[in-house]
This record gives sequence, C-alpha cells and structure tokens, in this order.
Amino acid sequence: MELYRSHVLVCAGTGCTSSDSQKVREKLREEIKRLNLEKEVQVVQTGCFGFCNLGPIMVVYPEGTFYCQVKPEDVQEIAEEHLLKGRIVSRLLYKEPDTEVKVTDFDKIEFFHHQKRVALRNCGLINPEKIEEYIAQDGYFALGKVLNEMTRAEVIETIKKSGLRGRGGGGFPTGLKWEFAYKAPGNVKYVVCNADEGDPGAFMDRSILEGDPHSVIEAMAIAGYAIGSEQGYIYVRAEYPIAVKRLQIAIKQARELGVLGKNIFGTGFNFDIDIRLGAGAFVCGEETALLASIEGHRGEPRPRPPFPANEGLWGKPTIINNVETFANIPIIILKGPEWFSSIGTEKSKGTKVFALAGKINNTGLIEVPMGTTLRTIIYDIGGGIPHGRKFKAAQTGGPSGGCIPAELIDTEIDYDNLTAIGSMMGSGGLIVMDETDCMVDIAKFFLEFTQEESCGKCPPCRIGTKRMLEILERITQGKGEPEDLERLEVLAQTIKNASLCGLGQTAPNPVLSTLRYFRSEYEAHIFDKKCPAGVCQALLSFIILAEKCRGCGLCARVCPVGAISGKPKETYVIDIEKCIKCGTCIEKCKFGAIVKM
Amino acid sequence: MEMVNLTIDGFQVQVPSGTTVLEAARKVGIDIPTLCYLKDINKIGACRVCLVEIKGARALQPSCTYPVSEGLEVYTNTAKVREARKAVVELLISNHPQDCLKCSRSQKCELQELAKQLGITEVRFKGEISSWPKDESSPAIVRNPDKCVLCRRCVAVCSKVQDVNVLNAIERGFKAIVAPAFSHPLESVNCTFCGQCINVCPVEAIKEKDHIERVWDALADKEKHVVVQTAPAVRAVLGEEFGLPIGTSVTGKMVAALRRLGFDKVFDTDFSADLTIMEEGHELLDRLNNNGKLPLITSCSPGWIKFCEHNFPDLLDNLSTCKSPQQMFGTLAKTYYAELEGIDPAKIFSVSVMPCTAKKFEADRPEMRDSGYQDVDAVLTVRELARMIKQAGIDFVNLPEEEFDLPMGMSTGAGLIFGATGGVMEAALRTVYEVVTGENLPKLDFEEVRGLKGIKEATVDLKGTEVRVAVAHGLGNARRLMEKVRDGSANYHFIEIMACPGGCIGGGGTPIVNSLTRSKLEEDYRQLRIKAIYGEDAQLPLRKSHENPAVIKLYEQYLGKPLSEKAHHLLHTHYTKRGKFTNCESVS
Repeated sequence: MELYRSHVLVCAGTGCTSSDSQKVREKLREEIKRLNLEKEVQVVQTGCFGFCNLGPIMVVYPEGTFYCQVKPEDVQEIAEEHLLKGRIVSRLLYKEPDTEVKVTDFDKIEFFHHQKRVALRNCGLINPEKIEEYIAQDGYFALGKVLNEMTRAEVIETIKKSGLRGRGGGGFPTGLKWEFAYKAPGNVKYVVCNADEGDPGAFMDRSILEGDPHSVIEAMAIAGYAIGSEQGYIYVRAEYPIAVKRLQIAIKQARELGVLGKNIFGTGFNFDIDIRLGAGAFVCGEETALLASIEGHRGEPRPRPPFPANEGLWGKPTIINNVETFANIPIIILKGPEWFSSIGTEKSKGTKVFALAGKINNTGLIEVPMGTTLRTIIYDIGGGIPHGRKFKAAQTGGPSGGCIPAELIDTEIDYDNLTAIGSMMGSGGLIVMDETDCMVDIAKFFLEFTQEESCGKCPPCRIGTKRMLEILERITQGKGEPEDLERLEVLAQTIKNASLCGLGQTAPNPVLSTLRYFRSEYEAHIFDKKCPAGVCQALLSFIILAEKCRGCGLCARVCPVGAISGKPKETYVIDIEKCIKCGTCIEKCKFGAIVKM
Repeated sequence: MEMVNLTIDGFQVQVPSGTTVLEAARKVGIDIPTLCYLKDINKIGACRVCLVEIKGARALQPSCTYPVSEGLEVYTNTAKVREARKAVVELLISNHPQDCLKCSRSQKCELQELAKQLGITEVRFKGEISSWPKDESSPAIVRNPDKCVLCRRCVAVCSKVQDVNVLNAIERGFKAIVAPAFSHPLESVNCTFCGQCINVCPVEAIKEKDHIERVWDALADKEKHVVVQTAPAVRAVLGEEFGLPIGTSVTGKMVAALRRLGFDKVFDTDFSADLTIMEEGHELLDRLNNNGKLPLITSCSPGWIKFCEHNFPDLLDNLSTCKSPQQMFGTLAKTYYAELEGIDPAKIFSVSVMPCTAKKFEADRPEMRDSGYQDVDAVLTVRELARMIKQAGIDFVNLPEEEFDLPMGMSTGAGLIFGATGGVMEAALRTVYEVVTGENLPKLDFEEVRGLKGIKEATVDLKGTEVRVAVAHGLGNARRLMEKVRDGSANYHFIEIMACPGGCIGGGGTPIVNSLTRSKLEEDYRQLRIKAIYGEDAQLPLRKSHENPAVIKLYEQYLGKPLSEKAHHLLHTHYTKRGKFTNCESVS
C-alpha cells in the first residue's frame, strides 16, 4: 500500500459542488501531476464539512490547514507553495468574523470548535465513494459485532439504553420502535430509511448520505437483524442526485464485499437494500405517507393505529427511521450505550445536527451535543448576526416548529425544552432572524409552505391552513380586522386538534409561537397599520428626510415610476400615491435621507 | 372470538376485537356523526367529523378507524370534541357553494344534515371558494368539483369495489380535488359510467346527466307519440324516493304515475328482457352446438360492456351479440310497434326509465340506430323519474295500481328477475332447459345463482349435457372472473356479468341510500331490493320468457324465429375495442 506524506481533502458535498469544487479537484490533480507529487500527495473527495457558505473547502493534512472559498485559479499557488514548499497560503485561510483573526488550524476555528461530530463523524473525512475508507474508520465493525456476538434482543436493549430518539422530528425512542417491530408477529418485515428531507433549508440527511452513505446502510442492516427483516428501502428525494448516486455506489460496493446480500459475514443473515425515489412531496416525510408512496400510491398519510411497527409496508411490520437516526447506530454499537447517553441532557441523548441559516455570519451544517444553548449556536458557532444587528428570534423545526424569542436564547436545546416553549426539534432546521424580520411575514411564509404541501386529505389542514393564510395575507396587506387574532387562534386550535397527521397538527405552530411571543407585532399591523420591522410593503411609506436631503436629485432620476419630484438643492418629495415601494431610491441615496416607515 | 371491554362516555361495552370505536359506540346507542365513512367501502379517517377523545391519546382520534382495545376510555361528547367537529364542518362549508335552494341533493345531503345535527348556525371562517369547471363531457355523468368535500367515497367505490380506478385525488393543499388522472374529462378516460360514485356521494358533486327537460318537452309536444319503458329494477326501488321502506315493490303505482305524467303508452322493459332471453338462449345453444366462442357472456349491462371494451378487448367475441333489453325495446318501438299502430316512427319519442347511468351512454352509442332513428331518445334514472313525479304534484303513495299497456307491456317473471344479480342467468336457464329437453322444469328457482356473493357458480344438467355457469356482479368481481377466463383457468359455458354490485337494483341510477342508513340496516339494502324482485316473480302467472304471449306473437308476426335475419338486424349489435386508460378505439 502506498503511503502519502500529505492528504488534501476537497469537499464534494452539494454546496461545494455547486461552487465548483469539482474543478478545484481536477485542477489540483493536474498540478500535483505537473509538480511530480503524485506519489507524495493524495487528493480525497469528501462529504460535507458543514461550512457551506465558505465553499469550496479544502483541508490539507497532516497539518489540518483549512482553506476556504478556493477557486480553481488558486490551486496552482496552493500546490506550489503549500504542497511543494510547505508554506501556508495565508490569503485563503479562514478569518473569524468578529476578530478578523486568520485561523490556520481546522480544529481551532470557532465554527468547528464547539461542535461534536457523531452522526457526521465521517463527513468531510472520508471519500464516500470508497467503502475501504469507511471500513478504515471502523465501518461495518458494528454489523460484524452484532451478527457474531449479540442476540437480537441485546441489540434492541443497547439502542434502548443509549436513549437515542428519532432525529426526523418526532423524537420517538428508537429502541422502543425497534422493539415493537421485533415483537410484532410475522415472517416478513421491513426496514425503511426516511431520506425524504423536506424542511426548507434543511440538509443534514442529504449531507450524511452524500458524505457517509455506508453508515446508513450498515445501520439498516443492524436494524434488519434486530427486528428480523431481510429487506430495506431507502426513500430518498429525487432532488438529491449526488446522494442517490453515492447511495447506489455504496450499496453496490457493500454487496460486492458481502456486507449486504445473502449470508452476511457467513452468519446466515440476509439483508438487502433498494432505493425508492420520492417525487418531492413534503408530506411523504410523514411515515405512513412515505409507505403509501413506496407502495406506488399517492403519498398521503393514514390514521394510526395501526402503527407501521405492526402494519407498515404492504401491511407488514416495518420500522421507519430517519437518516440521522441511522447514522448514530453503528457508533452506539461500537462505543456502547453508556458512551452515547453520557452526551446530551436527561431525556435527550447524543448530539443533534442543525442546518444553520438566515441572519447569521456562519451558515452551514453543525452538530452539537443536546442541551447546547441557542446562544452558543448563534454567537460561538454561528459567529453572531451580520451588520451588528440585534438577534430577534430563531425558528427551529421548520414549518412545523416555532419561533424562539431573544429572551429565551439561553434555553438548552433538546426535544422537551423546545416543545415546552412552543417550538419543536423537527428535523433540525435553524433559521436565525434579526430586527429586520417581520414575524407576521415569517409566519405567513411557513403557512404558505404547509398549505402548498398539505396533501389535502383532511379538511382542517386542507381548508384550515388556507383560511389562516388568508388572514395572514390580509394582516400583512394592512387589511387585518380586530377579530383576526381570535380567528387565527380558533383555526390554529382546530387544525392542531383535528388534523390527520403531523403535518397538519403542527402547521399552526409558527403562528401560535409568534402570537405568543410577538403579539404586539400582529397588533401593530392590525390596529396601527404599521410593520415595525419594515418588511410588509403595503404598510410602508417612503419618506425623504428634509434635514438629510441635499437635493442631488439622484432619487428622482432612478425612480422607475416618476414618483419623486423636486428642484436641485432643495428637499425632494415622494408622491405616496405613485410610489411602488421598490426601494431603489433608498439604495441609491448617498446621504441616508430616504427612510421607510 | 376474542372480546374486548371498553367504556364509551362512561358506559361499559363489550365487543369483538377488531371492532372500531364507531361501531362499538352504536352498541351503546351513540351514532357518532360521520362524513367520509361508508360501511364496507370507505374507512380512511379523512373527514375528521367522527373525532372522539381517547384517554391517553395526544390528538383527537377518528372513531371510524380507531380499533378498540381492552380498557380503552372513549369520550364522544366533550366540549373539545363538539368544537372540533363543528369547526371541521364549518371549514367544509366555508369552501362549499351553499346553494342548497337550487341543489338536487337538498334534504338528502349528508353535509347539510351534519350542519343541522352539529348545530351550525353561522360559519366563522370565510375566504376563497374553490371554482372548477364542471365536467359535463360524458353522456351519463356530470361532475361538479365545486361541491366536492373530498370524502373519497367515490374514489373508494371506483377503485376498491369496481376496480375501474378512474377517480383519485389529484393536486395538493387547497387545490386538492378528486378527478380522473391529469384532470382529463370523464368522457375521454376509461370510466364505465356505472354511476356507483353517484350512489356514494354525500353531496351533489357527482350526478347523472339530466334528461328531464327533454322528456317534458316531448310530453308537451302534440306531434310526438311518447312511449316509456321501465326496467325491471325500477319498480323495486322507486318507492324509496317517496318514503316507502327499502324493498317495497310499486309496479302498479309506477304505471299509474307514468300515465299521469302524460306518456301515451306505458310499456315494460321486462317484455324485451323476455325477448333477450329468446335471442341469447338460442345464441348459447347455437354456440354450444356449433363449436362457437365460449363462454358466452351476457351483454345487458352497458357499464360492463364498456369495462370489457377497455380491459378485455381480446375477449369481445365472447360477449353475446344481443342488444340489451333497453335497446331491443328501443328498436322495436320505432319499427314493430310503429307498424302495428300505424304511427310514423319519426314522431315516436322513446323514453326509458332505468336504474342505471350507463344506459344514457348506451342509448347514445352510434350503433344504436337500427330503427333508422335514435332508438332510445331519453333515459331517465329512477331519481329523475321521482323528481318528475314530484314536479307534477302527483301523490305517489296514494295512487291506484294500474296495468302496463299492451303489447309491449306484457312480460313474465323471467324478464322481471333481470333486475337482480343472477336473474338473467336464471331466466336463461328456465328457457334453455325447456327448449333443449322439451320438458317442463320441475323447479323454476335456481337458488345457486341468487344472492350477493361476488362470484357464483353452478352446473346445470340439461338431460345429459352439463352446462357450467358463473355469475359476477360488481366490476371488481367481473375483473377477477374475466382474468380467469383469459388465462384459461375458468371453464364455463355461460357467464352473467352485471356492472353494479347486486345487479341493476344496485345500479348507479337508483335512489341513494345514505351512510347512516347503510350502517343501521340489518341487511344489505341491495338484498332487501332483491327480495322485492323475487317476491314479485314468485307471484306471477307467467315465469318463463318463452311463454310470454306477446313475445311469441312478435316472432310470429314480425321477426320469424330467434336469430332470424331480421332479428339479427334489429336486435343484435357489435362492440368496440378501447384503450386501457382512454376512451379511444384501440388500433389493433
């Protein structure tokens, strides 16, 4: 086996791929060849590092030098300076947003420093298209251990003891779910991986599948052994082409090495996996809708009971676990349930992956121990709010979750705490909002999403969310009525209590939580016809401040509708009737003389 | 059977395991309101009207799907439950046209009934109301999606019972609606027009294409000689529209009502049903004796014919070439009858009253013009006839009993039992036996082919010749049987198939039996209707088609003998190969 003095890891996740990391990789290989370093330096394409807004990302080992936003034209310099001469290319290093200090060492970067990577342990570390690299990280050892040394009941007991709860949103204890399916009578059972990640902005499952597909495959085989199943299905969105391709490669390699298929490790245990592509309906992330979709029916939920553990795919006992849940399984088996349960809070064990987005300096994918505070995530990992603005709220749980206000920033994030404050863990979307975000508008955005994605089966969700959305549209257009708040509350309660599935039951959460913490903003829209954050266009007026206006006339020239008039050197005036509130004048005014209010 | 104990609103109840909370509640005298639920057909928990509180469960639960378990505590009438049900129905109403004054289902509408029952006096939620084009493309069925409450009962009957699979939910969110795939019009897809969807619709989202106006116009036209025929099943179901119990036969009152509506002659499809037996019976004997295509399969049910054309185009030669009784009647009304009475056939307006919606399609088929005119000009469902009787102010229940006109009102019990599943088979066997053996049948009742079992089989000994027969009703059963015929695993000589469960008495044009009634009846409502048919048959003096004096006279005076050239020209037809999913004639 060849030994290399240096490994250069280049991210091949979706984020970096779309910022041209493939060209960077190709160029790097060319340069290495040109410099005759082929036997000394190896280029590795990896999964996602999580720091997606800085892509393409490159890490040079053994030093652990972290380069970001590497362009193909930077590669020659890196090759010649760093790889050949051992001199770090300082201009491509990461700069901490608050201190502007350049950080050389990967692990010292604040963004990574506070993280604990369990589910993402191999992402950004190994080449996901090579099973050997997974095996080198102890891959498939857990499966071997389970098949050779553990009874099915022991496996389930281990998962139960670890305290692992479902990472897809519900937070149901995984071991218990497995036990139900294990105890359910029947010879044919199924293991299903829910990779139908659909929350806007969430991409943790995608990154795991792209960066470490074997961890999911291994976990599914372990689950198959535990419940007595020989067939697994991965239901993955067709919009995740890289994930699908890497899964296909991984399954093929696993079959070739005999860790999938007949008589795995010579133990007589058979297990195989097929991929089913989802067409992109959000509701197919709901487990019964997902099963219906796999069966070839319209993806719509059905009432439970019966639960899938008893009557699932084609009526057979079935467990459905999310990608991130599965990714935790092999390491729990290897390191033991005690290790896992030592991480996290009393009722939420382990770590959680979040997709950090919105008004925050460092966006990307992070993994933190359960119980980490929002403050740590936003200020330490996230690097705070851009432009020195004030943190206003964070939305967790996507369209099913709620807004957490600034005063609760020290809440320790786990399943139960989030539910208690009116939000939920969800699959792990975390959107940060600052003072320029209107909470009514945010609630409206999520309602639009759930209304579009409602399957339409039950009236509370089909019609109820539409009625809520209509009210929110009215309020943001300045046509809100005093009774609208009560109407929203009645509708929200009805939809929560009466909807068929989780999508509907949680759809009112964004409205309920914003009503709870930001009621005054709703009232300002309805009673004062004002949008305090300055977002809702219909409620805004553009005004030129006389004391700041120098009378340059630029605003009048750029106004697309001729709404601004005045004489040079005098204060200009905006005709409110004509103004379309496009904001061009504000952008162009050099004196900050135009404001919206 | 394992029994389970639970409490409902504090009352102890013991029911077999596998029972739902909805069913268990009936045992303690509580009818939980429902909308999407339909006994034996739809149990999907979609409408959220039957919600109840279950101790320990997070959200409210639909009682129609929730299985009982030991120690379960159910509350059906808490404030939370009442508010949820009310709000759900208010939401439905908020997206409903609310044009009850103009709606044919008013007072027979399950949504209207729910609003009343739940005490809804105002609708708190207002907003956009869905607006879709009506689908009036087909000659038989009109869909009005604006009224649809997405209960999916039509979807369930179309897929699970009929296995036709034309209707399903499409689109998402507020735009979700029930329609054929890609919103194609019904006319251009593989709909059989059986109308079972109409029978299960709780509102007026699906109904028959209305022929009432064209019948009123004809009746008002002094130039027109308007004749009417009534299908065998009509008399067994019409009374329900006037509040009579299910299973009440109203033959004499029906005839009286039709005369009062102004029809010049009131005839009976039972007459042409007897004629069908003469033709089809001889067709069977001909095929048996001359190595013809077997099994011979009946062709009276136009929904079945269209289903066969779409799904079994390779087996169309197995279908009897006989027209249905409606169409035989239609041709003869404008040929034989016109000659007999010396009336210009151009002036004859021929109306049929049918328990069926597909009959509207059948009358409209291009080949159904052997008289030189459209053989049947208007087809009324039983529901439409009842509407006409009500419009005319006729006090139906107190009408005297009257007799059909002659000659085409003369019939036998064999013609009458066409209205029930197995009836055509039984009628054919009564005649074929006697024609083949030359002897009187010792017992006229062929019990093996009666009843609601999906597929019935029998072997009949025609004095040495064994004839194996099968009967299927409901298109799902028809498909199962036909697949066996196709793959050669069934070895029958003669098969009767009716598109609708129960046969014509369960047809898509019969009175609608609502969900609650279906649940509370001790027997299937179709069984009650069937009893009315066989009850009347047993009382009739003539019970064999070949003994119908008017049919005998028709052959003597006009047709010659069964399968004669003239009979072939007037009474037989041909079929069209169609696509599996579209109405297009397939290129073969």
